[in-house]
This record gives sequence, C-alpha cells and structure tokens, in this order.
Amino acid sequence: MAQMQLDAAALPLAQPRRMSFAFLGVVPFFVFAVMFLLWPTAFLMVGSFQDADGHFTLENIYRLSEPTILNAYKISIEISVASALLGAIFGFFLAAAVVLGGLPRWLRPTLMTFCGVASNFAGLPLAFAFLATLGRTGLVTLLLRDFVGFDLYATGFNVLSFTGLTLTYLYFQIPLMVLILTPALDGLKREWREAAEVLGATSWQYWRHVAIPVLWPSFLGTTLLLFANSFGAVATAYGLTGSSLNIVPILLYAQSRGDVLHNPNLGYALALGMIVITGLSNGAYIWLRARGERWLK
Amino acid sequence: MKRSRLGPWLAMAIGTAYFLIPLIATFEFSLRMKRGEYSLEAYRVVLADPRFQASFGYSTLIAIATILMGVLLIVPTAYWIELKLRNLRPLVEFITLLPLVIPAIVIVFGYLHTYNSSSWIPLIATPRGTDLLLTFGYMTLALPYMYRAVDTGLRSIDVRTLTEAAESLGAGWGTILFKVIFPNVRVAVLSGAFLTFAIVIGEFTLASLLDRPAFGPYLQLVGANRAYEPSALAIVAFVVTWACMGLIQIFGRDRRATMAGR
Repeated sequence: MAQMQLDAAALPLAQPRRMSFAFLGVVPFFVFAVMFLLWPTAFLMVGSFQDADGHFTLENIYRLSEPTILNAYKISIEISVASALLGAIFGFFLAAAVVLGGLPRWLRPTLMTFCGVASNFAGLPLAFAFLATLGRTGLVTLLLRDFVGFDLYATGFNVLSFTGLTLTYLYFQIPLMVLILTPALDGLKREWREAAEVLGATSWQYWRHVAIPVLWPSFLGTTLLLFANSFGAVATAYGLTGSSLNIVPILLYAQSRGDVLHNPNLGYALALGMIVITGLSNGAYIWLRARGERWLK
Repeated sequence: MKRSRLGPWLAMAIGTAYFLIPLIATFEFSLRMKRGEYSLEAYRVVLADPRFQASFGYSTLIAIATILMGVLLIVPTAYWIELKLRNLRPLVEFITLLPLVIPAIVIVFGYLHTYNSSSWIPLIATPRGTDLLLTFGYMTLALPYMYRAVDTGLRSIDVRTLTEAAESLGAGWGTILFKVIFPNVRVAVLSGAFLTFAIVIGEFTLASLLDRPAFGPYLQLVGANRAYEPSALAIVAFVVTWACMGLIQIFGRDRRATMAGR
C-alpha cells in the first residue's frame, strides 16, 4: 500500500512535457521523503480520525480531553512555556552581553562554540549530568548542605520534577537562543544608537523605541522555536524521571512500547495533537523570522 | 557616553556558572566510585564493559551509514535543484524543515505502524531490516542540518559554470558529481557529517523504540541501574559532542584560511 501511495504522490509532479527528464534527478529524494517522513506521519493523522474498524470518527479527538491525557498536555505545555521563556530571556541577555556589552573579544567565539556544543548536548547524558548536580547526592546539593547549611530537598525541590526538568531543559534552550539571536543583535546598526543618542535619547528610550521593536519578531519567533524544541523532547525527560512524570512525549513513548491507552487510534490522536502544537509554533516562528529579517538586510 | 559593563559581566558570570557547574559536578560525581578517594574507576568499569563497546560500535556504524547514505541522497538532490529545478527549491526546503516540526517520537511511532511485520514493507520483521529503518530514520532527523549545510556550500560556488566547464571538457554526470561538485562542497558536507554524528551517536528515542542495541538504550540501561557509571558516560558523551563541534570549527577555519590565501 505504501508503494502505491508513493507512485500516486510522485506522479502529479512529473509532468514530462515541461520538465522533460530533469525531474528524474530528484525522484530519490521525494521517494525517501514520502516513505520515511510524510507517509508515516500521514498514517498517524488519518488513523486519529478512524475507529478500530477504519470508519471515520471524531471519538479519538474528543477522548483527548480525558483527564490523564489533558493533564499530560497541560504539564508538557507548562514545562515547554517555562523553559522557552526563561531560556529566551536569559539567552537574550547572554547574547546581548557578548555582542553589545563591550566584553573582551575572545569571549564571543568561546561562547558561540560552547553554545554549539551545549545545544546538541541533550538527551540522556544531560539528564545524568543534572542528576549528578542536583540529585540527592549531587555535588551542588551536598555543597549547599555542608557549607551553607541549606537542605535543598527539605524545600520540596526534586530534580525529578517540573522545576528540575525546566532547569535541565534550559541547558540546551539558552544556547539555542544565543545561537539564533546573535545574528539579529549584530543587525542592530551602530548608526541607530548614535542617531538616538544625538537626538538626546536615554539608553532606556533607545531600547524601548528602537532596539526592542526591531528585535521583537526574532525574539518571539525563537521563543516559539524553543517551545517546540522542548515540547518534543523525550530522552532528557525519560532519563531524568523515567516514566514517573506524565508529559505527552513520555506518554506517547509508553504508548509506542505497549498500547498503554488500550486504543491504538487514541495513540494516533495523541501524536496528532503533538504535531498540531509543534506545527503551529514552528509556523509562527517561520512567519516571525521573515518579519524579523526585514531589518537585518 | 560611557556605559556600565556590570550588566554584561553579570550575565556572563551567571551563564558561565550555570553551564560549568553541571559539568564539574558530573565529573566530580564520576570520580566517586571508590569510597573515600577520587579515582577513575567508573571510567575503567564503563570502558571495559563489553556492552559499552558493542553499543558504541553499533551506533558508530549506524552513524557512518547515515552520513554516507545521507550525503549520497542530499548532495545530488541539492545540486540538481540548484542546476535545473530551481522552482522546486521552496518545496524541498519545506520538506527538509519538517523533521524539526514533527517530533522524532511521532516519526518513529509512525514507523512502528507502517513498517511492522504485517505491513507491505515489513522492515521491522528482521534485525537487518530494522537497522536499515533506523538508518533511514536518522537520515530523516539529520535532514534539516545536512541539507542546509550542503545547500549553503553549493550556493557559495558557481554550480552552473562548473558544470558547463566540466561538460565542455567531456565529463559525464558521475565525473561532474564526484570529481567536481563533491570536492567543492567537501567542507559543508563534513560539517553536516559531524553534526549528524553528534546527533546519532547518543540518540535514544528511535533506537529504543525500534529495539536496536545502540548507545542510547545502553545509556538508559546504565542510568537506571548504576550510580556512578552514568556520570562517566555523560562525560564521555560530552567529549564526543565537543569533538564533533571542534572538528566542524577546524574544517570551517581551514576553508576560510584557503579562501583568504587565494
């Protein structure tokens, strides 16, 4: 069935008269994209509107409002919003410090290289690192206890929790923000600031009326990208909390291993919900990035 | 107007602390295996574990297969689009961005249903078939990075002139692709390759759900059962990621140096 689908998808693009045989050169790419990206995703999308016998139904979509599933979406969105906002704000300050702050020159390439590494240092190793840092016998936990007399875990803190997960996600969220926002900050022309100063603007007025309006689309867009980035993350959360934290990617992981929802089509709907959420935030990111780039040319 | 540098320094200080403390803590933790003293025991245990060697070797192999197949798929496609089918560029770019939009967990969930043993292409039915599916899955995950790297490389050279020059000298398509185009985008391909390696080597979701003996699932197993070895593995993984990024920088700098020297 997949094969037939492939042919059907490839045909409308072929149009031999206009493109001659040139189209043949990209056939492997489209076959690959359809087989390993589009068709499996489309399969889930269609499946979420079907019942066990393959008839059309909205039952699965409706059942996403069940308390466990709704709660998983809620926690997932909360963690993603928290880590995206904090990552964006702190990433912005770091990028601004290194681009505009008048710090020594060597700091910038050092930070950029580190951000390249850290934005790719996710998943299980990152979870292990934070367990070794803020876990019950982690270095920071022990140092705080022995030298400051502050028992972190007495405050109800747990690295296997909302706060812990958010703090861990920031380790790849902040660097991603720095990497994407630095070019935007470079685009702030020196002349704008000088012009504002000549006209008697304070630093605050310059930021309020010139820099922030120019940077706003890039900032907001990248925040949305960070949101999608943490929303789909499985390995970090799984490494940190096992399956104890009920978030959507973990629930979908459990559903893939063994039908924990006892309804395959409900699992498809769960995946559809993820695609819709990451799709919307990425779509908004692309739109905002296009707006933001107008000033950088 | 003299501006205060306190804010920027403060941001850098907090950032440095946030980024370095977990690394220091992980390293310190990894040395604690022997009671009462610091030792490299955890590293010794991990590196001597046959399952470590097997899973790391397996993931390295899959990563190399992913890179080779990815390059063979993407370089000709991007070249052909730049040369002949520019009107398809937006569509291809859109497709290559999709793996950033569709989470990996969703993609593999789709694979489990489209390539299972009762489907038309039962890749999951055999171990070799699943290896192949895993490689295709990693090619998909790496698509955005690989395509962007190659596309940037191709745009920085004059593809048309190079092709016409090679054609007028009597070169066939194979010669043009492998002897003219590939060498010119070698740096771009290499940076895409190292990034792909960094992504694939510790990947957990796909490998775990397709049930392959890769490094990611091994990390998870050790993480769930051992105390100090996970930290040692985290340090190893960090060094591998750092090495990949470092190699990208070095090759990128080489190119800049030769371009300046021209």
